Amino acid sequence: MPQLIKVNKFSIYQYLIIFIVLAVGSFYALPNLYPTQPSIQVAYTDTAKSADQALMVELEEILDNSDTVYEDMFLRENKIVIKFNDVDTQLSSKTVLQNALLDKVIIALFLEPSTPQWLKDMGANPVKLGLDLSGGVHFLLEVDIDTAQQGRLELLLDTYRKSFAEDRIKFNESYIKDLVLFFEFSDKDSYNKALKKYRDESLGISGVQYVITERPSSNQLLLEYSDIALREIRDYAVGQNLITLRNRVNELGVSEPVVQRQGANRIVVQLPGVQDPTAAKKIIGKTANLEFRMEANARTSPLRKEEFNFKENDFQTAYLEKAVIVSGDRVTNASTGFDESGFAQVNITLDMQGGRAMQKATSGNIGRRLGVLFVEQKTKSELVTNSLGESVIEQTTYIEKNIISLATVQAVLGTSFRITGVGTPAEASELALLLRAGALAAPMKFVEERTVGPSLGKENIELGMKSILIGFALVVLFMAVYYKVFGIAANISLIINLVLITGIMSLLGASLTLPGMAGIVLTVGMAVDANVLIFSRIREELKEKDPQTAIRDGFSRAFVTIFDANVTTLIAALILYIIGTGPVKGFAITLSIGIVTSMFTAIMCTRAIVNLVYGNKNIKVLPI
Amino acid sequence: MNTKFKFMKYRKIAGIISITLFIISVGFLFFRGLSLGLDFSGGTLIEVSYETPISLEEVRSSLESNGYADSQVVNFGTNLDVLIKVADQSGNSSVGEDIFNILSNQEIPIELKRVEFVGPQVGDELRDQGGLGMLIALFMILIYVAFRFQYKFALGAVTALGHDVVIILGLFSIFSWDFDLTVLAALLAVIGYSLNDTIVVSDRIRENFRTERVLEPIDMVDLSLNQTLGRTIVTSLTTLLVLFALFIFGGELIRGFSLALIIGVLIGTYSSIYVVANMLMSLTLTQEDLAVPEPEGADFDGMP
Repeated sequence: MPQLIKVNKFSIYQYLIIFIVLAVGSFYALPNLYPTQPSIQVAYTDTAKSADQALMVELEEILDNSDTVYEDMFLRENKIVIKFNDVDTQLSSKTVLQNALLDKVIIALFLEPSTPQWLKDMGANPVKLGLDLSGGVHFLLEVDIDTAQQGRLELLLDTYRKSFAEDRIKFNESYIKDLVLFFEFSDKDSYNKALKKYRDESLGISGVQYVITERPSSNQLLLEYSDIALREIRDYAVGQNLITLRNRVNELGVSEPVVQRQGANRIVVQLPGVQDPTAAKKIIGKTANLEFRMEANARTSPLRKEEFNFKENDFQTAYLEKAVIVSGDRVTNASTGFDESGFAQVNITLDMQGGRAMQKATSGNIGRRLGVLFVEQKTKSELVTNSLGESVIEQTTYIEKNIISLATVQAVLGTSFRITGVGTPAEASELALLLRAGALAAPMKFVEERTVGPSLGKENIELGMKSILIGFALVVLFMAVYYKVFGIAANISLIINLVLITGIMSLLGASLTLPGMAGIVLTVGMAVDANVLIFSRIREELKEKDPQTAIRDGFSRAFVTIFDANVTTLIAALILYIIGTGPVKGFAITLSIGIVTSMFTAIMCTRAIVNLVYGNKNIKVLPI
Repeated sequence: MNTKFKFMKYRKIAGIISITLFIISVGFLFFRGLSLGLDFSGGTLIEVSYETPISLEEVRSSLESNGYADSQVVNFGTNLDVLIKVADQSGNSSVGEDIFNILSNQEIPIELKRVEFVGPQVGDELRDQGGLGMLIALFMILIYVAFRFQYKFALGAVTALGHDVVIILGLFSIFSWDFDLTVLAALLAVIGYSLNDTIVVSDRIRENFRTERVLEPIDMVDLSLNQTLGRTIVTSLTTLLVLFALFIFGGELIRGFSLALIIGVLIGTYSSIYVVANMLMSLTLTQEDLAVPEPEGADFDGMP
């Protein structure tokens, strides 16, 4: 038998690594131990106003008058958060506050984690729950790119018709069909001039904009957007719709909404805690709108004019004509820029039809003022007494129109024009934002919708936790009975593994879903595999070797196998992450994290424990 | 464990069984197909909870009288929970609300548990993506195993995975179990698990081929299988323990998921013995195949 010198002892550095990983893992897992507290969040309905001390005093008064006990009230960002001790008080307070303040504020229910401040300062937050656990609504909207493209093409058709006319390029026919711009020219000369023009103008900032198909024999030219241009149109439309959707979602008063682009032309909207998908859909799907109208002058008959408030200033009003020149769905773009003297301006682009209408309306009216109206669909709440004598809030929808700009017409306007004298650059970009928000850049439709009721969410959490605990208990019991001391070492590693998974999930801000919980359960079952491999290897080695050598060789021989097996599983998990959506992604996340942490715990932690117990000792019999 | 089973003695029979199961599965998949869940088929699904039990017939008739004649109505878990599925109506996303309103007008109060609407193109995409993902996963694994072991092992491993996946799919087709995204996730997890097993077995075969230079290949494979048998059984057991916990306590939503995994673990264990080893025997793995030890191969000494 060989002489044993210092086998199975870890160096201080190895212990240090384990200790640091453990400490960091436990630290970030810690916030999950603090329970959540039923809370409400109050914000002004008018998004321009942020909650302040005055609102807080008002809320305090209302709650005190109704003898409501709350635990804490404070300002956060531009909202006021009130924490309660139980759900009943939370719900009753919401009713009390809503009844008292009606439309002045938006009140949202949510669960505030009671994570202490020092943990939050270190970026330690509890694991986020996916929609299937928290309850809520998930929408997937698809942006109709073809329509956006069609709009652009119409604009282009109009521009080219005009510019061909100016340059005396004669054409017989011009139209758009299947997203292709078609021109048939009268003679070869015109054909060549047009082709040159196309080529000259084809080069955009980011590359070639058009694909030109030449048919010289019949003097026809076909024009399509290039892939680069299409991508730009798509990105613009999706980006625009994202902004619009974010604004709309804010109106819902959800505590942690998600509005994100998904893939090329889709947008995901997730509203945790929202229980009424119909109402949410109405607000998301609604179209805030714009109207361009002439200001009424002295000759306008009273029957043909209306008085409107300015959006910025409630006391200032103006009369506009009743006739709408162009509405917001004709706006294809609005951006900010600077005029010749360096003042901010807003550039507006309309589509072909809009441009024509604008041209007609402004041609006789230079010097008059053009007003832009912002049209919003709003709900008004009223406290009414129902047949049972209870006072309930009744909501009615109405349309509100406010003037966002009133500017003098300097020239005949067409598809693109600018509004100057719009104030500071910040105000200009606010106006541009409103103009864009008024119209969706391209229509959207709902392609996926998933609503999970709050009771089902709670049920799912309970079921998931129950399966994790039972599965965990069964495995722990089995390992302890079957492998004795080594089994206990593996079990400690398994517990560490769960702590690390929780810590990493919290650190990454990944959402936990029901399949995600299943992933954890599966990890528990599979994580012991590494240890089982090591232990059965040690058993084998014991037949020919002394205990210390058997432990050493068992660990090192099993390592290769464990490594290969885990890398391949990781490949499968990563692919699942890439192709999966929502809950399935959650499964891929926990599975991937579980594979990595279980490698660490099964190899490093178990070894450390085994070393602490048996290392550098003279043992005759190894109970395994 | 000190077993001396002659596994390879039965390799022909096992091979015939595997091939038969495979052909039956392919046949069912081809002629009957999978009963696709909402994620892939598109359509609307709504789950409601009644305060007192209701007969499904009543739910059906009230839906029928409101123009939803071809809806599926089943109990989900308990007899209080009712699940209604409506095939896609050309991307109409308000079917869920409509049905909820119809059911709300019945006598027994209901609570909405969930609504899911998947548009037709989303369903198609998920299906294509899922299938593609599965193929990519198999291909990447093939490359990794070929790189780490040898191409005969890679062929064995991928054959085993294909075998497992097709037979599980076949069972889902035969019993008309719902095939949705979570089941697809389970299938990929099965790939991971089955591969785990396969690699452990292959690893031991490789090691024995390099160190034991006397035995016949068939004895070598038998020896390796016996050596890893203890581990194979223990791991399958612990994994099955948690899966049964999940199957029994995890609720209706992940029942299909746990079922696919339970079958997967059983078939995966079988395939790592009989499909992989069988393939290696059929491809006549020789000692020359593994004669040159790779530098990063068998021994990772110095690692903890």
